[in-house]
Amino acid sequence: MATTELAVHGADQGAVREPVVNNFSIQVATVNGSGSQSANTVLLRTIFQMGVPVSGKNMFPSNIAGLPTWYTIRASKKGYIARKKEIDFLVAMNPETAREDVLSLGPGAVALYDEPLKLNELRSDLIFYPVPYDKITAAVCPESKLRKLVRNMVYVGVVARLLNLDMAEVEKALRKQFAKKVKAAELNWNAAKAGYDYATSSLTKVDPFFIERMNETSGKIIIDGNSAAAIGSMFAGVTVVTWYPITPSSSLVESLIEYMKAYRIGPDGKATFAIVQAEDELAAVGMVLGAGWAGARSMTATAGPGISLMAEFAGLGYYVEIPGVIWDIQRVGPSTGLPTRTAQGDISFVARLSHGDTKHVMLIPSTPAECFTMASDAFDLAERLQTPVFVMSDLDLGMNNWMSEPFQYPEKPQQRGKVLSAEDVERLGGFSRYKDVDGDAIGYRTLPGTEHPNAAWFARGSGHNEKSQYSERPDDYANNMDRLARKFETARSMVPRPELVRNEGCEVGIIAYGTSHHALVETIDQLQTEYGVKADYLRLRAYPFTRESYEFIAGHKRVYVVDQNRDGQMMELLKLDIAVADIGKLRSVRHYNGLPIDARSVTDEIISQEGK
Amino acid sequence: MAATVTPQPKTNRIGLTVLDYRGGKTTLCAGCGHNAISERIIDAFYEMGIPPERVIKLSGIGCSSKSPAYFMGRSHSFNAVHGRMPSVATGAVLANSKIVALGISGDGDTASIGIGQFVHLMRRNLPIVYIIEDNGVYGLTKGQFSATADLGSKLKTGVINDLPAIDTCALAIMLGATFVGRSFSGDKKQLHTMLKAALSHRGTVMLDVISPCTTFNDHEGSTKSYKFVKDHEEPLHDLDFVPHFHDIAVEYDEGTSLNVTMHDGSSLRLRKLEHDYDPTNKVAAVKRLIESHEAQEVLTGVLYVNTTAPNFIDMINMTEQPLATLPESATRPSREALEECMEELR
Repeated sequence: MATTELAVHGADQGAVREPVVNNFSIQVATVNGSGSQSANTVLLRTIFQMGVPVSGKNMFPSNIAGLPTWYTIRASKKGYIARKKEIDFLVAMNPETAREDVLSLGPGAVALYDEPLKLNELRSDLIFYPVPYDKITAAVCPESKLRKLVRNMVYVGVVARLLNLDMAEVEKALRKQFAKKVKAAELNWNAAKAGYDYATSSLTKVDPFFIERMNETSGKIIIDGNSAAAIGSMFAGVTVVTWYPITPSSSLVESLIEYMKAYRIGPDGKATFAIVQAEDELAAVGMVLGAGWAGARSMTATAGPGISLMAEFAGLGYYVEIPGVIWDIQRVGPSTGLPTRTAQGDISFVARLSHGDTKHVMLIPSTPAECFTMASDAFDLAERLQTPVFVMSDLDLGMNNWMSEPFQYPEKPQQRGKVLSAEDVERLGGFSRYKDVDGDAIGYRTLPGTEHPNAAWFARGSGHNEKSQYSERPDDYANNMDRLARKFETARSMVPRPELVRNEGCEVGIIAYGTSHHALVETIDQLQTEYGVKADYLRLRAYPFTRESYEFIAGHKRVYVVDQNRDGQMMELLKLDIAVADIGKLRSVRHYNGLPIDARSVTDEIISQEGK
Repeated sequence: MAATVTPQPKTNRIGLTVLDYRGGKTTLCAGCGHNAISERIIDAFYEMGIPPERVIKLSGIGCSSKSPAYFMGRSHSFNAVHGRMPSVATGAVLANSKIVALGISGDGDTASIGIGQFVHLMRRNLPIVYIIEDNGVYGLTKGQFSATADLGSKLKTGVINDLPAIDTCALAIMLGATFVGRSFSGDKKQLHTMLKAALSHRGTVMLDVISPCTTFNDHEGSTKSYKFVKDHEEPLHDLDFVPHFHDIAVEYDEGTSLNVTMHDGSSLRLRKLEHDYDPTNKVAAVKRLIESHEAQEVLTGVLYVNTTAPNFIDMINMTEQPLATLPESATRPSREALEECMEELR
């Protein structure tokens, strides 16, 4: 039985449009805390299991239950996984936002809605499908208090039918999602089937959107960046983890706790790690430095407000020269800002975090796979350079689900840096903690507990000489600061090199970093196919910058630097480092509304600045 | 028989002399109570025969926090940031649970800027000896009141303190520290004995040591002056300590003395001056402390001791070998483990 409104509102668009296969976006508008995340994940995984490149973005409120939340799933046969600005298929589950959600769609889009809301009356240029959720849910879920939670799974069934998803894959995804809850799995599966059956019997498909099987995801995994960072840290050999809960970093440590409990309990049944929930971020980073001083691989994870609190200790770590790893899962600031939205807002702050002259090493992952590898890189660099290292992830990378190649086992042994044993001290007769023996500006250290009368050194945030003795002598201070500056030059030779994604001698160059990368690969294609503009692209992976970046800028006439912040923070850092003659080449592209960056906005901005 | 024997310097049970426990020359003011505390620390570690290489000294910022430079030069030391020594100490002890941690703080460093970390250190019962060198003023910034200054105490400038003091001992007892004492830098025997007992305890030891500031807070009207503390000190008991390596049985009368067996088997004897005081009773201890404020007494002694509560390291259930020195084979799971993680995500 077809509903009559389809004939009225949808038929004219649907009838003439070519099928759109594996290239569209679905937005699900729900209420936070309604179990929608499970339904969304099942939908995402189903498309993934059908071999179609897919990405999911959760745009959620700073709230536990009751406020609106949106989830966008993008299927892209070309493998574009950045957020797509335009919504093709809306699932309007939230009465609060339904009206606005429908009004913001482009003509020809699909809206699946709760029948009593009568959203079909709002516009005549969309394709509407009504679904009587209450009726369908009541039939499959006798227990009324559970209905709210399974209601969302009904839409999964309806969408599966409309997009031609394989229900066997839906079932597989759903049973994986509820692996530990057999009863819930059954209930949800019945709801999905009921939705599917309803669509079969009551809806006539008039929209052009289809999912067809591909073979682009086999062997791949789906993971969020925070879990990837957790697995990476575990395999990097982290032993002391401290944290203070803060969105969007909490899930990194929570995931790490689960993995460590599973894989890092020794044969004696004892933990080869300590994880401490600290009283605040001051304490979290203080513990990291205490543990790093004593020789452990220690880390914490935080977000902007936590970084602000860590500023004093960051300076201490830099000046006393103590290793430690700090993950900054960036969110929108300043202050509380938009705690559940994404940004690259802490770049310039972290680069110089502390009073006094300070420079920090930053690693910038773009993908979960890089979160995994940079977890090891960060510890190796921190211990080799004897300094805190910051890994600058963001909410989009950390909390959203991404397709990824499976991670490769770390083949490189842990690099623990210049640590003298009691035997070394005996052989040397003593040592000077801050003396540049090797010409790389990195001194030798001993760990507390080293059993030699000459092993001890005095770690102090106050002025010190090469022997780590208290000193206010002008030359001691200046010499030490100069050595620290030289050590930063050593860091430059050790950090991950940028990725030259395309370097074909175009006039236009683009520099981006972190999650902007996924929009940029699409932008590069859009610029070329839509505007005939060819552009080269360099992806930064670390600070300090390296030769490749300077050469890239020198080799192009105009260089766009893409930042997910208002002030073009990375561009400002580049300006400080590059040749004066090149500064004028830099042009800023900025995205800072809290939503994950999309290719269309970047393309439009570059084209506008190109004067086309 | 040899006619001439070069006199051998006295050594402790591990063959070290007291000189092996010394540090740099103090730069604090002459007569500063903190110097006396440093001396007692040297004596206690020497007498207990703890290798200085197995000790870490940590401090915050202030006159007190400078003092670790003036004792035990063979120990690693960390002079951290103001009020944040507890977190640095916590990290270090987690990394190496075999180490003996000594935290030196002041009243400003602990009771004002550092109160948050202090509170949580006490709550965790981390194995550490935490000493507050308490003079009621900020010395390095030239004599402002701190939060342990007593109500009505007077500064040199004539300013009267109009806020109540934070009693760090009462706080520590309530929060979960398992060995809490108050002493006086001028009470050599009591402090010395208390320190040795502290080194036998596995858990948070919090000692508030009144340590007069001769420059800014030793005048008439101050309640942290040498004279005031001498006149108002109210010891709860006389302390005796028999270390575990001294195999002597000392008779004691249960009616007048209390024997506490420490974690390492040493004995702390409290010869009661106040007959009804029970240092294992938390509620009574806090009550007695509050009463002492009203009576303007400086109540000293072992205020509270609990040798059965689990410490933070026990609770974490860590492996025996220090985390800092675990080999890569113990800290990097196998290839199969990674494959298993990946398979779950497919």
